[in-house]
Amino acid sequence: MFEDLLFQLELGLPQVVLGLVNGAFYALLSLGLAVIFGMLNVINFAHGAQFMMGAFVAWMLLNWVGIGYWPALVVAPLIVGAIGVLLERTMISKLYKLDHLYGLLLTFGLALIIEGVFRNQFGSSGLPYAPPEVLSGPPVDLGFMFLPKYRLWVVVAALAMSLATWLVIEKTRLGAYLRAATENAALVQAFGVNVPRMVTLTYAAGVALAAFAGVLAAPIYSVNPQMGSSLIIVVFAVVVIGGMGSILGSVVTGFGLGLVEGLTKVFYPEASSTVIFVIMAIVLLARPAGLFGRA
Amino acid sequence: MSAGHASVATLPVLHDAPGLLGLSALGFNRAQSVAFLVLLALLLAGPFFLYPVFLMKLLCFALFACAFNLLIGYVGLLSFGHAMFFGMGGYLSAHAAKVWGLSPELAILSGGVVGAALGVVAGWIAIRRQGIYFAMITLALAQMVYFFCLQAPFTGGEDGIQRVPRGALLGLVDLSRDMNLYWVVAGVFLAGFLLISRIVHSPFGQVLTAIRENEPRAISLGYRSDDYKLMAFTLSAMLAGIAGGTKALVFGIATLTDVYWAMSGEVVLMTLVGGLGTVFGPVMGAAVIVTMQNYLAEFGAWVTVIQGCIFVACVLAFRAGIVGELGRFLKVRL
Amino acid sequence: MMQDRRSLLKTAAAAALTPALSAVPGRARAQAANTLKIGVLNDQSGVYRDISGPTSVACVRQAIQDSGITARGVNVEVVFADHQNKADVGATIARQWLDRDGVDVIVDVPNSAVALAVNAVVREKNRAYFNSTGATTDLTGAQCSPNTVHWTYDTYMLARSTGGAMVKTGGDSWFFITADYAFGHALERDTTSFVQAAGGKVLGSVKHPLQSTDFSSFLLQAQQSRAKVIGLANAGTDTINSVKQAAEFGVTRRGTKIAVLLMFINDVHSLGLKAAQGLVCTESFYWDLNDRTRAFTSRVKGNLGGNMPAMSHAGCYASVLHYLKAVGDMGVAAAKASGADAVARMKAIPTDDDCFGAGQIRADGRKLHPAYLFEVKSPEESKGPWDYYKVLQTTSAAEAWRPLAEGKCSLIAS
Repeated sequence: MFEDLLFQLELGLPQVVLGLVNGAFYALLSLGLAVIFGMLNVINFAHGAQFMMGAFVAWMLLNWVGIGYWPALVVAPLIVGAIGVLLERTMISKLYKLDHLYGLLLTFGLALIIEGVFRNQFGSSGLPYAPPEVLSGPPVDLGFMFLPKYRLWVVVAALAMSLATWLVIEKTRLGAYLRAATENAALVQAFGVNVPRMVTLTYAAGVALAAFAGVLAAPIYSVNPQMGSSLIIVVFAVVVIGGMGSILGSVVTGFGLGLVEGLTKVFYPEASSTVIFVIMAIVLLARPAGLFGRA
Repeated sequence: MSAGHASVATLPVLHDAPGLLGLSALGFNRAQSVAFLVLLALLLAGPFFLYPVFLMKLLCFALFACAFNLLIGYVGLLSFGHAMFFGMGGYLSAHAAKVWGLSPELAILSGGVVGAALGVVAGWIAIRRQGIYFAMITLALAQMVYFFCLQAPFTGGEDGIQRVPRGALLGLVDLSRDMNLYWVVAGVFLAGFLLISRIVHSPFGQVLTAIRENEPRAISLGYRSDDYKLMAFTLSAMLAGIAGGTKALVFGIATLTDVYWAMSGEVVLMTLVGGLGTVFGPVMGAAVIVTMQNYLAEFGAWVTVIQGCIFVACVLAFRAGIVGELGRFLKVRL
Repeated sequence: MMQDRRSLLKTAAAAALTPALSAVPGRARAQAANTLKIGVLNDQSGVYRDISGPTSVACVRQAIQDSGITARGVNVEVVFADHQNKADVGATIARQWLDRDGVDVIVDVPNSAVALAVNAVVREKNRAYFNSTGATTDLTGAQCSPNTVHWTYDTYMLARSTGGAMVKTGGDSWFFITADYAFGHALERDTTSFVQAAGGKVLGSVKHPLQSTDFSSFLLQAQQSRAKVIGLANAGTDTINSVKQAAEFGVTRRGTKIAVLLMFINDVHSLGLKAAQGLVCTESFYWDLNDRTRAFTSRVKGNLGGNMPAMSHAGCYASVLHYLKAVGDMGVAAAKASGADAVARMKAIPTDDDCFGAGQIRADGRKLHPAYLFEVKSPEESKGPWDYYKVLQTTSAAEAWRPLAEGKCSLIAS
């Protein structure tokens, strides 16, 4: 009995770790979505496409300009964020007075366009992108499993980025303006803050987070035009479970669901992509505003 | 639902003259009566000018979009999981016709039954929430149904159910001839379309609209809004199931495409392009999108880009959709 | 603003009407009797774009050119369309092509759901159908048709070549990572039987949902089984992700082999040799296999936009070439009149082309040629771009395919 349990543990523990790595991506992506939704009230369906753009921009930087992984980690999000500024200024900003659903539909269309263009340009089977030298090489022995260094880095980077975002929004003056603007934009504007510009930058920041996750993903996932669309639906579920717009909620739920998914992969692998939706349905029924959301 | 949505879905009623030729009995105003007659004429003349199989596909999607519009346009609920009814309807009709050997009319009906049954369950869960949450919960349910379809042995996995016989209507009319089947499909579409129009213009439909505009007020007037919503949801699901079942017979196949979430997105696109909350909008939208899919097939990878551009253009420039804008331009309600 | 909207409306209406008007019946039928029309129906925009897509179209054009049939006064037109991996879209296009546009042959068709749907349509309309990129053995089994030739590969052949040959090279214990759908299940089942027949054993398997992004968990389970070979019974992006992550986790470092049951050279290209080196896979064509394949590749290469032909593309080329040979034999009119007759003629004469060499088409529509087990070279071994494979083992045409009797094709029973 005890032996059996120990065996299960030995089998399960590595999966927990791997689940956390996946959770890191969920957390980063849902963080970006949550920031955008919290401040703009827009469900950014193009988030998956922007994640994909991050990975592709990293590839282009490497192959066309010769810029490697580390600089790309900063440059790619900046580039994709700049494109985000463009999108927000020219299109998304026209929809703030309308129902959320129109934001969802617009970004859905944008996602289709972006993916289609990349598919025309780069084909569909994907492009190679090697991890940086420092982080490749033999996996690290954790005692109960071997974990590639790069995966450790992913968890660290995701946690650091989440923490930084949370600090900016909750603890800085800029964050305070942002939170105030979501409550009452007119009043904040009256105090002399340029609210439209702040909103634009928020969208750019959310998009940049997606691109950052994309660069992180490039060395371990296939870099192809549909890489985002297979993730985005899951990430939506994460955001909904965590509570739309809740920063802390999306991070905690991201890691948590990565974990649950990881364990499902051992005990009922076929259902590992569906389990999140089952959880989502249950959570929505029990706590409509999500686990961390304010009703 | 915020006020923004309402302002888009309900157009100003300017010329609500009574309908022609007794079509007002169906709840149509004059403009709608004219539009309906045009539609009828197109239905009758269509197969002599256009490829019948293409028209049948168009009609199946038109019915699907109409069913979807019943929810978004008249109850204000955006379902992002309507593919589950469409796809399951298709699977069951195909199974009924192929394995159980049911006649085509019964096979299509069984599609409607499974749609309605699934609709009751999904609706019961989903209608407790509104707006984005409603959309997300329907999406989640649809993903579960997709998982079921992938796993269940009777659906044939990714191969789908193939070579479904079209059979003979009432055991008499041979449907393997495209023209014969066309009239059946046109009949199914027309019946569904008129049913929806009738529902929309009935007292029941008025209550639905009232709920969409202001749910608390409708409740305070003594309407049990949840019951009404569930009823509308189930009806919409049933019609979506019938549409899916009909499509399965037309093509002789039922596959995972129809239960995938992208299909749910497609029906939103059709309705949006045509015009949310208009009677004829979904038909127009389905016509435009299906035509595009068919005739842009030669453009290869650009299909998704073009579709995306249409989505963006609709949301930014003409939110009322083709029919909605047309109605606004002609100052009538269509 | 109003003006804008009106003009937009007009454009939309025009867009909706133009194609409709151009489809007036009869127009397409009234074409010269000595014109053949070949329709390439495949994925131009989705995951199978690189293994079918525009490259298949270019290969079909090459076949027409190489056949020299135009010099004899026969026109051959090529049309192509994107089935978007939707069976209904594929079936509509196929019906329309055959009913209205006077298409005589449909070629390629990846994605088994679409492949089978088109199979039924072509049989109903009595035209010809050469499937190259579909994998399902049903095309020559339960749903076989006198109008169909299944040219390039199928799940049985992949399993036979990879499963059987791997055991011979010492890989006698297996663990499967299988995509959870019929294609994956079929591959796993067939491979298992060959592994066991050759004296190997299967230690376990795990089924993953389609389009998973993370495979590390499954790879870990595979490692824990201590199998010598990890068999990947999945396709496309799933395969690429599993291979990429296997390299990352250093799965092969301890001598474990990875056998990819379905992989095309384009997948290797997208992985890069660093991640793909040492993989084992089966294809029935490789551009650098012999002088004839190299000659074919150098002819077609300029029209591929940087892509290289995989076996799927070679199948499109070879099937059309052989068809045109049969047409030359029987005459255009007879070939157009009955697709089944044309296919019967194709079965009657032996095949010979630069891609697959000499071969033949069996009564159930199965094209027979050898299957090659390849190992992917290391970056050091590779001498240049696309120099990716070395041959490990060859399975002869007689052994590679499912025996006629096992397919239970209805064409054979009578």
